[in-house]
Amino acid sequence: MSAAGLRLEQVSIVLDERVLIPPLTEQIAPGAVVTLMGPSGSGKSTLLSFLGGTLTGPFRAAGRIWVGAREVTPLAAERRRIGTLFQDDLLFPHLTVGENLAFGLARTVRGRSARGARIAAVLAQAGLEGFAPRDPGTLSGGQRARVALLRLLLAEPQVLLLDEPFNRLDADLRAEFRQFVFSHAAAAALPVLLVTHDVADAEAAGGTVLALRTDASGATVIDRVRGAQGPCVRPAPQAGPMTEGGCR
Amino acid sequence: MTNGEALAAQLPPAPDRRRSHGWLRYAPWATVALFLVPIGAGVLGTALPAFGWLPGLQRRHWTLAPWRALWAQPGIGTAIGLTLTSGLSATILAVALVFGCCAHLAQRPPGRMVRGLMGPILAAPHAAMAIGVAFLLAPSGWIVRLLSPWLTGWHQPPDIATVQDPYGIALTVGLVVKEIPYLLLMSLSALGQVPVQRQLQAAAALGYGRTNAWLKLVLPQIYAQLRLPIYAVLAYALSVVDMALILGPGNPPTLSVLALRWFSSPHVRLYFPAAAAALLQLGIVVASIAVWRAGEVLIGRLARRWIARGARHSVLGALAALARGLVGGLTLLGAASLLALAVWSVAAGWRFPDLLPQRCSAAVWRQQAGTLLWPLSTTLLVAAAASAVALLLVLACLEQEQRSGIQVRSRALWLLYVPLLVPQIAFLFGTQVLFTLLRLDGTLLAVIWSHLLFVLPYVFLSLADPWRALDPRYARTALALGASPGRVFLRIKLPLLLRPVLVAAAIGVAVSVDQYLPTIFAGAGRVVTLTTEAVTLASGGDRRVTGVFAVVQSVLPLAGYGLAVLVPRFTRGTWPARSGS
Amino acid sequence: MRVPGTLRAATLGVLLGLLALRPAVASNWPGVLARARGQHVYFDAWGGSERFNAYIAWVSRQVATCCDVTLREVPLEDTAQAVTQVIAEKAAGQNRNGTIDLIWINGPNFYALRRRGLLYGPFAQRLPNDRLVSRGDREVRYDFTVPVDGYESPWRTAQLVFIYDSAYVKHVPLDIRAFPAWVRRHPGRFTFPQVQNFLGVAFLEQALYALAPDPAVLQRPVTPAAFAAASAPLWRWFAKLQPYLWRHGREYPASGPAERQLLEDGEIDLMPSFNPASAAAEVAAGRLPKSVRTVVLTGGTLGNASFVAIPYNAPHKAGAMVVANFLLSPAAQARAGEIRALGGPTVLDLAKLTEAQRARFRAQASDPWMPPPAALRHVLPEPHPTWAVRLAAAWERRYTP
Repeated sequence: MSAAGLRLEQVSIVLDERVLIPPLTEQIAPGAVVTLMGPSGSGKSTLLSFLGGTLTGPFRAAGRIWVGAREVTPLAAERRRIGTLFQDDLLFPHLTVGENLAFGLARTVRGRSARGARIAAVLAQAGLEGFAPRDPGTLSGGQRARVALLRLLLAEPQVLLLDEPFNRLDADLRAEFRQFVFSHAAAAALPVLLVTHDVADAEAAGGTVLALRTDASGATVIDRVRGAQGPCVRPAPQAGPMTEGGCR
Repeated sequence: MTNGEALAAQLPPAPDRRRSHGWLRYAPWATVALFLVPIGAGVLGTALPAFGWLPGLQRRHWTLAPWRALWAQPGIGTAIGLTLTSGLSATILAVALVFGCCAHLAQRPPGRMVRGLMGPILAAPHAAMAIGVAFLLAPSGWIVRLLSPWLTGWHQPPDIATVQDPYGIALTVGLVVKEIPYLLLMSLSALGQVPVQRQLQAAAALGYGRTNAWLKLVLPQIYAQLRLPIYAVLAYALSVVDMALILGPGNPPTLSVLALRWFSSPHVRLYFPAAAAALLQLGIVVASIAVWRAGEVLIGRLARRWIARGARHSVLGALAALARGLVGGLTLLGAASLLALAVWSVAAGWRFPDLLPQRCSAAVWRQQAGTLLWPLSTTLLVAAAASAVALLLVLACLEQEQRSGIQVRSRALWLLYVPLLVPQIAFLFGTQVLFTLLRLDGTLLAVIWSHLLFVLPYVFLSLADPWRALDPRYARTALALGASPGRVFLRIKLPLLLRPVLVAAAIGVAVSVDQYLPTIFAGAGRVVTLTTEAVTLASGGDRRVTGVFAVVQSVLPLAGYGLAVLVPRFTRGTWPARSGS
Repeated sequence: MRVPGTLRAATLGVLLGLLALRPAVASNWPGVLARARGQHVYFDAWGGSERFNAYIAWVSRQVATCCDVTLREVPLEDTAQAVTQVIAEKAAGQNRNGTIDLIWINGPNFYALRRRGLLYGPFAQRLPNDRLVSRGDREVRYDFTVPVDGYESPWRTAQLVFIYDSAYVKHVPLDIRAFPAWVRRHPGRFTFPQVQNFLGVAFLEQALYALAPDPAVLQRPVTPAAFAAASAPLWRWFAKLQPYLWRHGREYPASGPAERQLLEDGEIDLMPSFNPASAAAEVAAGRLPKSVRTVVLTGGTLGNASFVAIPYNAPHKAGAMVVANFLLSPAAQARAGEIRALGGPTVLDLAKLTEAQRARFRAQASDPWMPPPAALRHVLPEPHPTWAVRLAAAWERRYTP
């Protein structure tokens, strides 16, 4: 898997006359995490839709998106190799866990037995050994979330977008899953863009934090709350007040 | 949360079972009896003569002679083959085209033109549609005229069987044109219950294009809901009579038409092979559904492997685009067929290869105004009565369901589909015997009852979902304010759901107007509706007069839908049925 | 429909005046008229022809005016449906309250009901207008060789003719034996209705008549030996004909009117018809081009009469008899004879009419679409009904793929 960064160049999103995302230029290195924070309805998820290539409806977007040396702006969603983890796990209810993963697994792995072995391996690594024939409906929330990430990673994306994927989970599961996501992203050296309105998510992510807010004149601005830093992975991070400089 | 909602939230959610006592309790049983008894008795009354038992004709010994007589009939093998090929290929084509079209469009609705044209095709009775398609496809029809003589060089129509062809191709095309809008509508309503957009996004994030993702992810999720409608289409296509009379070959025709021919023959001995043919028709439908079900299982297995292989690119995108194009083309064909009906009804002198009539005149309309009146009023009366009874029964069942808190299970849904799955020819003869024993044959009551068998399922299917989706907090609030359940029903639920109730009634009217065989059998030929008249005329009457009848026949259901949409706009109390969720 | 009292009285007076001429029946007829008053008569009739439907609509207005009878046409795709209905009612023991009061019937359908004793009668002689019927015509006394015996009342006659489009063909065969050569020169331009239809089987019977070694056998009920002997030349003839028929003889139009549409569409050039005036009537209605012509075969063609019969269990027999009687009235016959109505010859003996009544029949000028009157003189009697059934079944067995 070649390591490539994600670069946004003057990306902006407008709804009617309202600027949701003012022109944003940002470079996310392989393995780095950038967190975009803002109140709900501020356009964070819309930005991810634009990056992922699934933006529809009344929104207008501008700017260019690069994955490594490849500009993906004109490409269809399925050709960008930008993976998004959504708030809902969106496991396909009519497929087993193994089939969900096989659906994600890249075509570079060929042959039924090879593909099966690979899926069994990632399940085992994630502590889900023997879950392949299970129905998604029989899994707990935390297990489903992990399968969703595994499915995404098996598709070998070059960029990982996180659309508040921790929101749905209970507090203890949330921390565990954060750890799961960030460690996997770091291992795959993926540039990660996380949108959230939960301070704890940003703290766990480490790295650059961008904050959307409305200034006195009513315009939307993006503040750089914290400078670039490497990913921050802790064995069991506790939710707590965010400190300047991030985790140790 | 409003005060009302706060209050409602404090109320116990369990329904008050005492309220479900009274006559309403019997509504589901009455409904099931009213429409399963004639069918059960009908199948029995058809099956017994197939084995030589028809006491009315002093035949009281068991024998396989009817079956031997059936096999001895000329052309029986060809007729069975024709039935199977036209019925199966029409269903497979319609289903494949609709799925391909949906996959290509993915989450987007079909184009405005297609949607606009689908309404009339959906509403038009099968017979009218078939007459129109015949006008279009015939060697002297619109399509050949459009190309003649400048392209084809034909100054006389070619001697090519483009309708009533021995292979049943015209019949298949007619069935596909008519069934596509129905299956598309069913698919769209099933799609409304799946988060298609987000799933496709998730799939896109995994590198899947939308057609590929739709077929692998969305289709398997909606298929379970489409199963019964597809079986209904399959059963219909295999056993259709009116369309086969108009578009199918005559020498020999399809099995159900043969059975009808023998049932209406002056030679009583032909009743026995007719009964055998009707029973065989039932067997063909049951076997075809079983084969289809087996096909589902097999394809399901293969599809799991296909999905698990993870292929991102395929030719399916191109096929889906082709399917969408074909659906568009067939929709256009259907719409042009209906237009052809209208043009023929005002044509004065229209010889080949003129594209348009030499003159237009309303003479035929003026001549027929008097003749139309009687079948038109009969059609309206039967349709209104059947829909009203069906609506009452369905509302009673749904109300009973809500008050008792016992919901109809999906298995019970099969009961509802029985009249749509059992071929009409397989039970209508027996039903007529039943009606004769009850001294009802040939009466309007018998016709209304037999129409009810087909109207009721559609009314139920159309009304059940909106009825169940109504926010229960409205009713609970009203009950908390001291209203009786009856009052809640009349003052709260009915006004809130006026529009779906009217739409269900309009669907009932459309289904009733569509019925040919039930009218012929239960009416004993004495009850004449627009549909029986149109089919009779299509088999040899003046094309202009046929056009007049088919146009009126098609306009009737459309007018019903129009009223169902317009009336609620002019009445009060039609605020959105769902609370802000 | 309410009618001014005076007009009704006047019309009744006319009818009663006619009755006075025939005392034997007169004693009964006023009773029939009285019983008929207010009755709804269900008239089962083949409804594939618009002209016929329009004529019956006119008849129903007349009988409502004169006799307070409401005539309700039940249009059938095939008269056999009415036969089935009566048989089914008999089977169900419905011996009093049948659903049919009057049937337009002849040939095999009449035979089927008559043989089972399911017709009411004899009633024809009780109709005052029956005495006007032309007794000399064999086809009103014998329906396909079966004696009518008063169990049905005639109202139209019919004879097999051929209609062709002179815009496309100048010469048509005037002999059954000449058909194979003609269709070979005009492939795909001729056909006849399917044998389940009376006109289709009539065309084959016409051929049987012309080709059978001894046509006299056709007047007796069919036997396997007689059929084999008589039909052998027919099958040889048809084998030469079939490949050059419309659709290569694999498909046939459902009925006469369906074939009329083919002629209008230009799909064929030549068709059989059972009404000598139908071409003229269709031209007048704008349903056939002015270039069509009508011919009769030189050796004569099959002819028959259309009748009305009353089922044994008809609940409104009096009303049905009033309608049957009206159909035989000079007014109804003259109206039916008009080209725009039904066209074709009357069943009445013009000599028995008054001068004024006769004038209405003469006023119908012949036109280029009618066959020459002399050609209609050779009427061949229809074979016994069993022949039609046997012939249709044999044809189906041979030519149904």
